[in-house]
Amino acid sequence: MSADWPLWEVFVRSRRGLSHTHAGSLHAPDAQMALRNARDLFTRRSEGVSLWVVPSVEITASSPDEKDPFFAPAADKPYRHPTFYEVPEGVRNL
Amino acid sequence: MSATTPPATLAALPLGDDALILSHRLGEWAGHAPVLEEEVALANIALDLLGQARALYAELADVLGSEDEIAYLREERAFLNCQLVEQPNGDFAHTVVRQLFFSTYQQPLYAQLTPSLPLAAKAVREVAYHRDHAEQWTLRLGDGTEESHARTQRAVDALWRYTGELFRPVEGVDARWEELEEEWDTGIRAVLGQAGLTVPDSPRHGAWSAGAGRQGVHTEPFGRMLAEMQHLHRSHPGATW
Repeated sequence: MSADWPLWEVFVRSRRGLSHTHAGSLHAPDAQMALRNARDLFTRRSEGVSLWVVPSVEITASSPDEKDPFFAPAADKPYRHPTFYEVPEGVRNL
Repeated sequence: MSATTPPATLAALPLGDDALILSHRLGEWAGHAPVLEEEVALANIALDLLGQARALYAELADVLGSEDEIAYLREERAFLNCQLVEQPNGDFAHTVVRQLFFSTYQQPLYAQLTPSLPLAAKAVREVAYHRDHAEQWTLRLGDGTEESHARTQRAVDALWRYTGELFRPVEGVDARWEELEEEWDTGIRAVLGQAGLTVPDSPRHGAWSAGAGRQGVHTEPFGRMLAEMQHLHRSHPGATW
């Protein structure tokens, strides 16, 4: 039965102010049931305050073959990192 | 329990037994559910109910002893759960309809009991989810394939006779029973209607209906269920992990 059901990707927001983070995937017949399954599988230990479910087929992913042209050129450009600024005290989640 | 037993204590046993027995029935799906996601969902509901049973049994510690004694060492006739919750799982539709009927009863009941029953405020939120889960499945099964519709209708027809008992006043439970029954009837008719299912016209009260569970009289499948539930504890008295 579950082989007929589409796959959904689950995103959980752990608390207000943070963004939704990918938590895993599950099978469900439709979006509403996917949300409920996500609630049962991923938030039963108080992991979240908000859930997104997205059909896995709707996700376009970068290909492993393109890894080098996509990501390698960023490695030797430290000036792109905001490391030359002083972070004010008391700023969290940066 | 004697005539001087306080109402909250009297209420704890039938409500606790409802929760424990339904919890055990749902637990029987472990390893057998149609899909993994649903198995976890059913187990979650079962654990919520088990937690409710434990909280209620804790109120009875002075009268009946520990949780284990209450759950594992009572005979069939000492259980005061309604007959609906002891009915076997059947197919998945049967389990869903049993849950729909029970959660649609338990949610407004606990809402009414919130001021007098310490557990109720927490439990009512859990039960709201159980009810939602059962409603979502009833809609999908009733309005699904020909096969799922037929199975769900069969479950509705088979379990209907166990629903009248839910609204007979229970000693110690200070609820407005007629109001509860009206609310249940409205809620169930709305869900069944939306799911394309027929509300049975057979009576829910009287000669053809079932229900003396609150007096300790149970249906045949209950004895077998109890034997399985209790055998480990009875075979190894006092065993610990």
